[in-house]
Parts: sequence; structure tokens; C-alpha cells
Amino acid sequence: MAKLLNVSSSPHVRSKVSTKNIMYDVAIAMVPALIWGVMQFGIRSLIVVAATVASCMLSEYAFEKYMKKPITITDGSALVTGMILGLNMPPSIPVWIPCLGGVFAIIIVKQLYGGLGQNWMNPALAARCFLLISFASSMTQFTDPATDAIASATPLAVMKSGGEVAWMDLFIGKIPGTIGEVSAVALLIGAAYLLYKKVISIRIPGTYILTFAIFAFIFGRQDVNYVLAQVFGGGLIFGAFFMATDYVTSPITPKGQIVFGICLGILTGLFRIFGGSAEGVSYAIIFCNILVPLIEKVTLPTAFGKGGKKNGSK
Amino acid sequence: MGLSTFKGGVHPYEGKELSADKPIQIMFPKGDLVYPLSQHIGAPAKPIVAKGDKVLVGQRIAEAGGFISAHVISSVSGTVKGIEPRLVANGSILQSIIVENDGEYKTVEGFGEKRDYTKLSKQEIRDIVKEAGIVGLGGAGFPTNVKLTPKDENAIDYVIVNAAECEPYLTSDYRVMMEQPEKLVGGLKVMLQLFDNAKGVIGIEENKPEAIKKLQELVKNEPRIEVCPLQTKYPQGGERFLIYAVTGGREINSTMLPADAGCVVDNVDTVVAIYNAVCESTPLIRKIITVTGDAVANPQNFEVRLGTNYKDVLEAAGGFKKEPEKMISGGPMMGQALFSLDIPVMKNSSALTCFTKDEVAANAETACIRCGRCIDVCPGHVVPQMMMAAAERHDLALFEKLNGMECCECGSCTFICPAHRPLTQAFKEMRKAVMAERRKKA
Repeated sequence: MAKLLNVSSSPHVRSKVSTKNIMYDVAIAMVPALIWGVMQFGIRSLIVVAATVASCMLSEYAFEKYMKKPITITDGSALVTGMILGLNMPPSIPVWIPCLGGVFAIIIVKQLYGGLGQNWMNPALAARCFLLISFASSMTQFTDPATDAIASATPLAVMKSGGEVAWMDLFIGKIPGTIGEVSAVALLIGAAYLLYKKVISIRIPGTYILTFAIFAFIFGRQDVNYVLAQVFGGGLIFGAFFMATDYVTSPITPKGQIVFGICLGILTGLFRIFGGSAEGVSYAIIFCNILVPLIEKVTLPTAFGKGGKKNGSK
Repeated sequence: MGLSTFKGGVHPYEGKELSADKPIQIMFPKGDLVYPLSQHIGAPAKPIVAKGDKVLVGQRIAEAGGFISAHVISSVSGTVKGIEPRLVANGSILQSIIVENDGEYKTVEGFGEKRDYTKLSKQEIRDIVKEAGIVGLGGAGFPTNVKLTPKDENAIDYVIVNAAECEPYLTSDYRVMMEQPEKLVGGLKVMLQLFDNAKGVIGIEENKPEAIKKLQELVKNEPRIEVCPLQTKYPQGGERFLIYAVTGGREINSTMLPADAGCVVDNVDTVVAIYNAVCESTPLIRKIITVTGDAVANPQNFEVRLGTNYKDVLEAAGGFKKEPEKMISGGPMMGQALFSLDIPVMKNSSALTCFTKDEVAANAETACIRCGRCIDVCPGHVVPQMMMAAAERHDLALFEKLNGMECCECGSCTFICPAHRPLTQAFKEMRKAVMAERRKKA
């Protein structure tokens, strides 16, 4: 035989799902939100997102080249980080700020901890928080799509100071906010795609949103419009389906994912209703990222045949 | 779907259409026959023939080397050429009896005589099964007479025939069910005679509707036997998951036996072997082998005499039509990769699968992204992702703490892993290391 046979241990077949096509699915799922952002805020928002993506991918390439590691920019993970970070930017931001964020996300948060799969914080969110602290005014200047002028306050801030917001505006996305977070419906289309493709399960986003809604109802206002506006506003949908479900920084055990979702709901509620700022999703997710190893430790599944009700003979 | 199953599992490409409709062809061996002394779990058999001895079809040539062991029976008539080490499918080299085939197939006295099993006592049936050298033919090779002798036979309330055949590409059990269903039901009736309180259940995946229909028709008037269609999902034929599905939720862990859950489980070929031995005085000398894969010219099913060389079996299927990149004894999920076809068909052989492409080599390993798919599909409900972390550090204690010993090595986690990590492979090594460590302590 001219060719040598391959000998390896079983199994000898592999499913068609790979890291790459999972990452590209996540990227595809963010496209509706991106399109809505561009429609609302103009072509400038596309430039912001493109610049962030480029910054993330270039950082990854440069770091891996310098460290003489295999170049992994084609696996799509830097693309996803870049898109999430870009969609979390206000449309009017000077482009160099999200670019700096991309460098921070990839080099400080991801690569310095060992690269893909090793970071314990969501890179895009960590970078967003870094930018929020460093460039507070640029990061919180939102354009009002109705007037194209700088908006005085986000819907959440309006609600916080006792005002009313129609939840339907938030659901569709006719509000000031970051590029990708404004339209709940566009985000939900992407989320449905991810659920359909089984890239994510409903466990984290479902428990997150439900817990938060209950929290908002009890501690906020006992008003359906208020609760719905809270759910569809301020990046909760974006955070629940696209950021909290990040594989690397969420619990791997099914029970742990439910605990994680509940923690997120409570923390987001605390931050939004009792905290100083009207926002809370980013900080809640980052905070819960830290809890992940602990959550996993206490939510290990029971092995088959070890403690089932009908264990053994009658 | 309302059909019984277990939690977890995967859906690999089935590939059964290649050989599912090919009737079983009887093939005769060409060269010498090779009978390894260890074709079962337990002590190797002890040879009772020597070089130059004449042997007949059905003659015992090696006897059980202990309680958990099994006889080896000659499948041809001829002369013993010697007893020497030979390569087998799993890559080890085993002491084997070599028999030169005289091509006459002269049988021992009484071979093939019909027998009425209802007139036999329980002990007689067990003795016949032992004499026939029958072991679990699904792969594990546990001596069947031992399985049929549980501590408390009255506690057994299920005799389960494993007809799931969940391994992709394999069709040997399916063909047996299509062509000799009455032997399968007959064998099950023999087994039920041993267990007064048991009902017989044939557990079969619903991707074999014709076989289900055939068997249901056949057991219509058998009050103690039913056919239980199961969801098509790998590894539905794993013993523990089959028991779970058929009994409605009885779970046993890796340290328990099916008898602990009131079950006796045997696969299709084993039950047919019991029928052949008890009702037709024919010991275990044949195996049904599927030869399949995209590299094989005419994929089909054969009835092969034990000891036949794999090369002959392949040749009977027309050889290769394309050069294979990977050859497997068994199916793609749990089979053994081969580097040589110069190996004998043994009691636990089930198939020869040859692929022109090796999916393992084509998918390079990348970093774990903690997606959790391995946990979702694990039928043993363990955490492959964390067990892998323990394996990478060779941390035996942590591996055990994570219930690593409950892994059944089915390969579902490795199949599904989007980073193509060799999880099952690492677990096999870890389990061996843990077991070696335990033996050292004992």
C-alpha cells in the first residue's frame, strides 16, 4: 500500500459543527441588529463596528505573531468580540476609542490569559467597561434617531427619574442608545437564529430575563409597561442572548447556567433600580463571570446510576 | 417523540443503507484458521490440543481457564498447525491455536441435532451455553453462562435483547432479524425458561421498521415477549442506557451489573447463538460480519466462520474500490482502527469498516471554547470538559472525583466537540491508569 493507514483511537467520525462555524453563526445572528443600527444612526455606525472588528482581529494577529503562536484569527472569535464591542458603542463616538477597546479586549482580557477559551471575563464587555470608566462622556453621549441631535437621556434614565416610556418604542428600537442594543426585535431575530441552530440554549437568557422581570415588578413599579420597557431597554436583550451566553465565561453545567441566569437577573435589577446608574447589564455579566468557577463547582450533574430515584433493583 | 430512550446521545451519520438490504452470504475460509485463546473477558482459555492433532467442526480446542472464561471451539475440520502468538484486531498479540483447514468440514458427533429446549432443565441449558463457548457477542465478550447464572434468578424480571444496533454502518444484527427472526425469538424463549419471573423485551431502534414489524408479528401470541421500539440515537445500544429505556428508568452505574437492576441483557447475535446451541446443538463457530464503508467495492453481510482471516472477508466483498485511509474492526464510533488485515475474526468481531477519508486526521484539534456540548450529549451525565482538564494534568484523584470512572467510552463527546478534542481517547487512558492504580493498592 502506497499510502500509510491512519490508526487512532475511537470514535473515528466527527460531527460537522466546528468552533469556526459556531463563531460565524454568532456573527450572522448580530447582523439584524447591525442593520437596524445603521438604518437608525447612519453609515457612521457601520464604520464604528468595522473599525472595532478590524482592531480586534489585528490585535489578535499581532499578538500571536509576536508570541510565535499559531495564528487563529480565522476561527471567528475575534470577529465576534469585535462585533459585540462595536455594537456596544454609541454611534457618535470618535473611532479611535472603540479601536483602543478592541486592543484591550483581545490583548489584555483574552490573550494575556491564554487566548481562546481561557479568559474569565467576556473580552468585549470588559473592554466596554474599561472605556466607560476611561471615556465616560463620549461613551454616554447618545444620538436621538428622531432628531439626530444628542439625546438628553436614555429611556432607562428617563424611567429612573420617574418618567414614562412606551415599551413598543424600545421593542422596535426608535430610541437613543448604542448601535446594536436599541432594537429588541432585531436582536430577537438573531437570538431565534442562534436557538434554532442550537448555538445557545434558552437556559441562561430565559432565566436571566425572567428573574429580572420579576425583580423589576417587585422592586420597581407594579406596572406592565414599566416592566416591559425595562426588559426591552438598556441592552438587556443584547446582553442576555449574546453576552451572557458567551461559552467561555458562562457556566458549562446545565444547572449552573440556570443559577447564572438568576444571579444575572438579580444583579441587573439591583444595579438598575437601586444603583447610581440606570444601566446594569454589562457590570452584572462581568460580575457573574467571576462567579462561574464557583457556580460550576456546586452544580456538577449527578452521574448516570449514581443517585437516580430508581437506582438499582426494586 | 414518545418512544423510550435515555438523556443525551448523538446522531452520527448512519451509513446503514450501504449494506442493510444485502442478504447474509455464507462464506468459507481460505487459509489457516486462527483461534486466539482470549476472545472474552476473564482468564484466557487453556489449549487442550497439540500440534499435529486432528480436529473436527464443533470440537473444543481450548477450555475455559476459570469461572469467568470461555471455551474455544474449532469452526473447521483439519490439523492443528501450532500454538503461537498472533496479532488481533485491538493491536495486541495473543497466544492462538492455528488450524489448517482440510476443507471437508467434518463435524463432531451429534452436531446439528435438533433438541427440544422445553424438556431441558435450567442447569442443562446453562451447561449447553457454556459448552458452546458463547460470550457476549456485542463486543464486551462477557461469558454468557455466567450472565445466565445471577445470584438470585427470581429477582430477574427483564430479559432484554439488545437489538438497537446503534453503531453507525453496522447491519449484521438487522440482517439476522430480517432473515432469522424465529431464531431470535426462539433464543429469547430459551432464556425466559431460566427466569420464571421475567418478561422478554426486544429493544430495537425505530430506524428498522421492517424488522420491528416482523418481530411484532412473530411475538403476537407470546404473552411473555414484547418488542420495544426505541428512539434512534447513539449509544442507545449501550447496556446501561438500554436498560434505562426499556425498564422505564432503572439506572445502574459502572460498578453494578444488569442483574442488580433485575435485568439480563444480551445482543441479537448472542441470543441467536443460544438458540443454535440449545435447539440445534451447534456451538459458537460463526459470526455475522458487515463489510462496509466507502472504500469497499461491494458492501455486504457475511456469515463467517470464527478464525477466518479478515483479508478473506474483504476479498469476498470484492476488495477495495478505492484506497482506504482508515480501516476499522467494528463501526466508526467504538471500533478499533487497524493497521493490518492479517487478523482473525473473533467472537467479538462485528464488522470491517473501511473509509477513504479519515475524519479524525481531517479535523485538527483547537482550543476548548467551553461550549458544553460534551456535557449535553454525555449519556453517563459526567463532565467531559472538566475530566479532560484533569486528564491533561494526569490528575487521577480529580478524574475519579469527577466520576470519570462512569465514562462508558461511547465517544459521543468526541464526536460532538466543535474543537475536535480527543476526549474519549484521553479518558480511556485515564481509566486504565486509575484501574492500574487501584490494583497496585489492592
